[in-house]
Amino acid sequence: MPTKKDIQDLYFMDARFKLLEIASFLDRVERHDGETDFRHPAFHEALKAMQNPPVGTTRAQAVHLAFSDHSTEPAESATIQFAFGAHNEEAAQ
Amino acid sequence: MRYIEPHAHMVSRTTADYQTIAQVGCEALCEPAFWAGYDRASAQGFYDYYRQLTEYEPARAAKFGIKHFCWLCINPKEAEDPVFAREVMALIPDFIDRPNVLGIGEIGLNKNTKNELAIFEEHIEIAKKFDRPILIHTPHLEDKLKGTRLIIDALKNANVDRSRVIIDHVEEHTAPLVLDEGFWAGMTLYPESKCSPARAIDILETFGMENIWMNSACDWGISDPLAVIKCALEMKKRQHSAEIVEKVIFDNPKAFLSQCPNFSL
Repeated sequence: MPTKKDIQDLYFMDARFKLLEIASFLDRVERHDGETDFRHPAFHEALKAMQNPPVGTTRAQAVHLAFSDHSTEPAESATIQFAFGAHNEEAAQ
Repeated sequence: MRYIEPHAHMVSRTTADYQTIAQVGCEALCEPAFWAGYDRASAQGFYDYYRQLTEYEPARAAKFGIKHFCWLCINPKEAEDPVFAREVMALIPDFIDRPNVLGIGEIGLNKNTKNELAIFEEHIEIAKKFDRPILIHTPHLEDKLKGTRLIIDALKNANVDRSRVIIDHVEEHTAPLVLDEGFWAGMTLYPESKCSPARAIDILETFGMENIWMNSACDWGISDPLAVIKCALEMKKRQHSAEIVEKVIFDNPKAFLSQCPNFSL
């Protein structure tokens, strides 16, 4: 199996590139006019979750969980067919 | 490198795609019934679609030496209208015995509604009645966790043989839910959502190489019919042996699909 150094050699540049994409995305949102919607706080929550995943949870799982609908009962009906990428708690209530 | 593409929507792809995947080692391909990108206006639209899956696509694949198999159902995106869904489901017995039909799929949930769940449960009963395996679609993005849990609960209530059910589109947070309950898991390799090759290999390394496959689920959207073979190459970069790579991209899908009476290579 590859070592930590091998994994860095394989993926560091790609991850660095993607981290800058995230930073630029957040700057871009901040720079433009108007209001953000529910996806913006969800994104920040996911970033926090990534940095401090709950015990027993990987960083990737913590990001998924931050974006997920945690309700347990089936919805009455569907008003849309697609997904936004982040759960909209207000719309669900 | 030989491989099986266990989930591809070739009705949306060109003949050149068949040629390309044949050139890189695809020996068999499985096409679940799914959403066409729009809601069909009548059950007759599904009749034509089932003919396409059972007549036209196998012939198109055979020109390149690829064996084509399919799964039948009404997909969850069009299952919100239960009257319409039942009209479509009534067509399935007319097609279930066709020689390339594997079982019922890809059934499941989309927005996790009561109607979707009812139709999902009725599909399970069809699979049980005809003694066929099941291929399951899990919802997208924020709906995946809840949908996967609802699906697992419904499968438990229906008392299905878990070794004959594959729950597809798992990611890091749902893979352990599926595998720990004794179901098979599928990972979908997409350029913009679901799994990247690197993450799919992380999932394999974390949760093991048993009862799991990966697929391109290439369709009309942004997707890559070469995704499985690209992930296999990524596994080599991660120092996985040729035997392990072959297990994941050939032996595992073959083992699951061999439970379908019509599957053969």
